[in-house]
Amino acid sequence: MTRYAGNAAALRALVREQEVHRDVYVSEEVFQLEMEHMFPNSWVYVGHDSQVPNAGDYFGTTIGTQPVLLVRHTDGKVHVLHNRCPHKGTRITSETCGNTGKFFRCPYHAWSFKTDGSLLAIPLKKGYENTGFEQSHAAPGMAPVRHVRNYRGFVFAKINGGGLDFEEFFGESLSSFDNMIDRSPAGQLKVAGGVLRYMHNCNWKMLVENQTDTCHPMVAHESSAGTVVEVWKKAPPGTKKPMAVEIIAPFMSPYEFFENMGIRIWDNGHGHTGVHHSIHSDYSAVPGYFEKMTAAYGEERAKAILGENRHNTVYFPNIMIKGPIQLLRHFKPIAANKTLVESWTFQLVDAPDMLLERTLMYNRLINAPTSIVGHDDLEMYERAQEGLHSNGNEWVNLQRLYSPDEAEQTNVAVNGTSEWPMRHQFRAWSKFMTMGM
Amino acid sequence: MSMLAEAPLKNAVPTDQELIDFVVREARLIDQQRFDEWLDMYADDAFYWMPLEWNQTDPRLTCSLMYEDKLLLSIRVERLKGARTFSQKPKSRCHHVLQTPQVDSRDAAANSYVTWTAMHYVETRLEEQTLYAAWATHHLSVEDGKLRIKLKRVDLINCDAAFGNIQLFM
Ligand code: FES
Ligand SMILES: [Fe+2]
Repeated sequence: MTRYAGNAAALRALVREQEVHRDVYVSEEVFQLEMEHMFPNSWVYVGHDSQVPNAGDYFGTTIGTQPVLLVRHTDGKVHVLHNRCPHKGTRITSETCGNTGKFFRCPYHAWSFKTDGSLLAIPLKKGYENTGFEQSHAAPGMAPVRHVRNYRGFVFAKINGGGLDFEEFFGESLSSFDNMIDRSPAGQLKVAGGVLRYMHNCNWKMLVENQTDTCHPMVAHESSAGTVVEVWKKAPPGTKKPMAVEIIAPFMSPYEFFENMGIRIWDNGHGHTGVHHSIHSDYSAVPGYFEKMTAAYGEERAKAILGENRHNTVYFPNIMIKGPIQLLRHFKPIAANKTLVESWTFQLVDAPDMLLERTLMYNRLINAPTSIVGHDDLEMYERAQEGLHSNGNEWVNLQRLYSPDEAEQTNVAVNGTSEWPMRHQFRAWSKFMTMGM
Repeated sequence: MSMLAEAPLKNAVPTDQELIDFVVREARLIDQQRFDEWLDMYADDAFYWMPLEWNQTDPRLTCSLMYEDKLLLSIRVERLKGARTFSQKPKSRCHHVLQTPQVDSRDAAANSYVTWTAMHYVETRLEEQTLYAAWATHHLSVEDGKLRIKLKRVDLINCDAAFGNIQLFM
């Protein structure tokens, strides 16, 4: 049964000012439309260019559910290609990442392509003479994603023509990337440490919303962070606080802490928690780091960079970054009720190793399938995914600290426990879902 | 139950059989959810390591699934008992099937013994039952006449796969 395809009014009706219909999470049809419209209309994160440092290096990922390749061409430029052979559709690469040399070769019939996707050669070329091959869909080679933007190493792509250009789409939100990158004395990041992959039986948007949900940590994470606080209380006085306790304990901060920390709202569904302070504010200093930053930027600027304590910056549609610890989470949709979460970590080029060590520890303690904090969250998402099938109430409430004039406002900092960011994400969802419909 | 009580070592240097019994006992204590006794098998400076990468050598600057000292392990054990540990309502259960542990190295002078154990580990919760295949490497030493774990390393055969929750200990 189709209710939503080609029906912009029905899709818009799923998002109200203060609530959203459960179909945005549970309907397979809505999910398919997200893949056909919302993701292709948006600038979606593909990868970091340090993953493909040399000509011929490639990395395979997805935009929505479409397989794409990030690849470094011989001229040094990074391209994004649809990962599909123009002959019969075979996925070109077999490993997630690697180096293909000067060209890609399809493993099925050996058509080959330059690293910008253009067709290089076909075996037994004669068989295509006088067939009008030059006019076929296959002749241009692997289709490139036309709209690609490399922002200081972070590569985004937009599949559809039209819509917003890169600057318009992200606007001031790019300041969170700037701050994360500027934390390197060399002004440069490198993917490092390996990627954690965590499968969630729930809708991808539940994870995105949760990044600005500051009313849940002290409740859902009482089991993990609360236990850390309790166990740590029993340590003999004067014991040095371990890095792990510094990382997990702030999840138990009271409502007041989160209210005061603030949330910033930007256009198009982007925003960040931690305007004034955050759960990352009180980490111990890393020996030698501030000196390096001062040498690179001067003391005043170094202080300003490190003084930002943005907690989670959400980039619509499906990534979140944590500037103060150089981490990026990618919420990859698989089905209405299935999401792969990839957690990537970055090394600050020219900074002490201890920063990467802390980043990796954070990733392991919070985002791993073996982490205790992650278990708390996943349990809640999966319960929600099941509970939403109840017909007792078809609506999800997002009303907290609602104000009727908020839709017109942008770049405002509000109470840190507001559900404004979630309402804002759904306004963007509605806009990009129905754009051009 | 006698098999399960921690037997004192007969001599200062453990026999192969004593090393094997120790490793088998560890798995059984996890399966029976006797986590406090299980924790006591670990030395105070012990680490429990589950690499994320095939043949991983560095637990510090490469991410792991777990790399936990005794404080973190005891936090996990406390959490499993918690009244508001929602992801453990209802509780998970687990089951180890071990091949006979092999004694890879013994160095009495350095008080260091290493065993290698192939195993299948099953974790269940609600309707879900998940099978993992792994090798466990135990680095053991003798402290106050008893064997203690200095390092337990669990290498999953599919360490880099995307997993759902893994809640207990392998
Ligand atoms: S499918 Fe790729 S060459 Fe035939
Ligand atoms: Fe959480």
